[in-house]
Amino acid sequence: MSQTSYKPPWWLPGGLSVLAIAALAGLPLLALMNEASNLTLLDVVNDPYNRRVISFSLYQAILSTALSVVLAIPLAVALSREPRFFGRTLLINLFSLSLVIPTIVAIVGIVSIFGQSGLANQLLQNFGFNSFSIYGLQGILLAHVFFNMPLAARVFLQSLENIPQEQWRLAAQLGLPSSSRWRLIEWPAIRSQLAGISILIFALCFTSFTIVMTLGGGPRATTIEVAIYQALRFDFDINTAVALALIQLVLCTLIMIATHSLGTHTTQGLSSIKLNQNTLYASGHYFNGLIISIAALFLITPLVSLIVKAFNPATIGVITHAKTLSAASNTLVVALAAGAIAVAMGVGLQLSARHLRLRLYKHSSGRALQLVGNVILVIPPVVLGTGLFILLRPHADVFALGLVIVVAINSLMALPFVLRILEGPVLQAAQQHDRLIQSLGIHGMPRWRLLDWPHLKKPIGYSMAVSSTLAAGDLSAIALFGSERIATLPLLLYQRIGSYRHHEALTTAVLLLLLCFALFFILQRVIGGKPDA
Amino acid sequence: MLKLRALRFSYGEEDYQFDLSAGSHSTSAIMGKSGSGKSTLLNLIAGFLKPSGGDIQWLGESILSLPAEKRPITTLFQQHNLFPHLTLHQNLALGINPSLKLSKEQHQQLLQSLDAVGMAGMEYQSAHTLSGGEQQRVALARCLLRKKPILLMDEPFSALDEATRESMQVLTRDTIENNKLCAIIVTHSQNDAIALEASTYSLVNGRLSSHT
Repeated sequence: MSQTSYKPPWWLPGGLSVLAIAALAGLPLLALMNEASNLTLLDVVNDPYNRRVISFSLYQAILSTALSVVLAIPLAVALSREPRFFGRTLLINLFSLSLVIPTIVAIVGIVSIFGQSGLANQLLQNFGFNSFSIYGLQGILLAHVFFNMPLAARVFLQSLENIPQEQWRLAAQLGLPSSSRWRLIEWPAIRSQLAGISILIFALCFTSFTIVMTLGGGPRATTIEVAIYQALRFDFDINTAVALALIQLVLCTLIMIATHSLGTHTTQGLSSIKLNQNTLYASGHYFNGLIISIAALFLITPLVSLIVKAFNPATIGVITHAKTLSAASNTLVVALAAGAIAVAMGVGLQLSARHLRLRLYKHSSGRALQLVGNVILVIPPVVLGTGLFILLRPHADVFALGLVIVVAINSLMALPFVLRILEGPVLQAAQQHDRLIQSLGIHGMPRWRLLDWPHLKKPIGYSMAVSSTLAAGDLSAIALFGSERIATLPLLLYQRIGSYRHHEALTTAVLLLLLCFALFFILQRVIGGKPDA
Repeated sequence: MLKLRALRFSYGEEDYQFDLSAGSHSTSAIMGKSGSGKSTLLNLIAGFLKPSGGDIQWLGESILSLPAEKRPITTLFQQHNLFPHLTLHQNLALGINPSLKLSKEQHQQLLQSLDAVGMAGMEYQSAHTLSGGEQQRVALARCLLRKKPILLMDEPFSALDEATRESMQVLTRDTIENNKLCAIIVTHSQNDAIALEASTYSLVNGRLSSHT
């Protein structure tokens, strides 16, 4: 007869996660609402400063989205039409690197190419053109395109690669000219992704913080996220911060609803791309080569320049500086703690969601439980930070608690990614055997240890790697709660950029980049074990 | 005696009502086309589905309120009976104690059960290295180890090739005989019923009827 082991109720793991999320996101939200109760929405919207900030946020997001998407289309088509050339897979994989490369690091690279003394401006001057400034709207757009154009190109390319071979063969047999192939085969594949990827990029650019903070600035190029930060940190104007946070909350909710109705996912960059060798289109147009080369140069030169310039007279001084070392260790602690909490919350939600789906046949409840973890998409980090600030200020020194709060915010930021990575594997670890598991009465720890862990250690390792890397590179939370005493590498990097210490900034950026790569690969290996034999 | 009394299940368009009496040592074969509700019947008896009415009794007592693992029932599924990443020893031990802690005696029983299905000496192999027929043998061995009086089988031979199927049928028949089990098999194959010397029922329009 089977001996009985402790059987935890099915809702326990998910319940604990929901409690944690409620404490981390719900309480600050309530505090925010409470503080906002003495504001009237009309006054907030009518305030000229607020209006300017709101309209700039929307304006730059619309422009960034349009540019990213429009530029991505010829790139995706060129890549699909050139199925074999040296480095194709590498280039396509580079498109998803923005996941590992912290935004602030890439910005340092972008500035080193497109900045005042960068390569691009020098070339322009050599040809007798005026130099352009990387700061302001054009810089924001450039950086947004740098991050989001590859994302869109990847999605379009996947859609093009999914076109069945038969369609190409048919087109070849019918002798369709290239213009008809575009109109009848390629454009429909791209159009099907257009709305989804546009709203996704719009959401990313609308809530973009780091790029706007470093390249924008001044009241004329400020988004809601950055304006909240400025109100809290520089003007100590809680009312403005709360008012803007409220507006951001409403707008993000609207975007989230739109995203959902289109069935897209903010974590799109995670899905691995399946490449299909479309041999029929090996048409070798110079035009395709030109487009691909320009895109590759645009994406690669900032990173190469960054790495090359990181070795400079300041290098040794920077990496041995006490500030650098303490920031590096803070970064490591924040990354690992936020990653572990995000993974724990994600696993908890997915285990209970699985029970709801497989045992209780409640698919929509399971889905709803997972959605709880996406709360950060509605309450962006700076809004959440404002709530936490208001919630904790009467009771504690929020800056002394800096790192703890940063960990909390970053764990919520990583949670949607964790949920996305774990959803499939958690379900698969049970699907085929669920009745057997039920009839043998395997539950609780033995089930986790024997049946779930062996299947989940790889995806858990991957989600821990992704969430720790995201946390290591995040600037938004630490910008709000960091200080001279408590900094992480992204904040230190931001401070060094701000005080025009270029050499120090370059070295710090590469140090952060190395830390992120190390975290990304070591965590996968340590938790997930060796790659599949 | 296993008794189903007006055991009802409705789900959308589907509506079933099962009545059945099976002796404590007997083999019953439930025949029906796919989609006729054979698996629903087994899932109700095993406790994977909740009936909307009626009763299931074993030796005169209702087992309806018991969860799947507490019912006097063990199940041989069509496939996926073993966890592929675990060894045969672990797969079998799970049938005795989900936390895999076995006494010396239980360990002996485990080895004997493996011997009984002709797989002696393979206890430390990983389950995914076995053929489909071998996997079913090990699964049958675990059913024995569970020492449950009722054996439910859901198309246990359909995923096997012909030669393997025959030997598995013989092994299953002997196992039921030697352990005096109350066996219920659902199948679409007349051949299974004959090989197990079972009394046959057909399942048509959500109702069971005796064949003979």
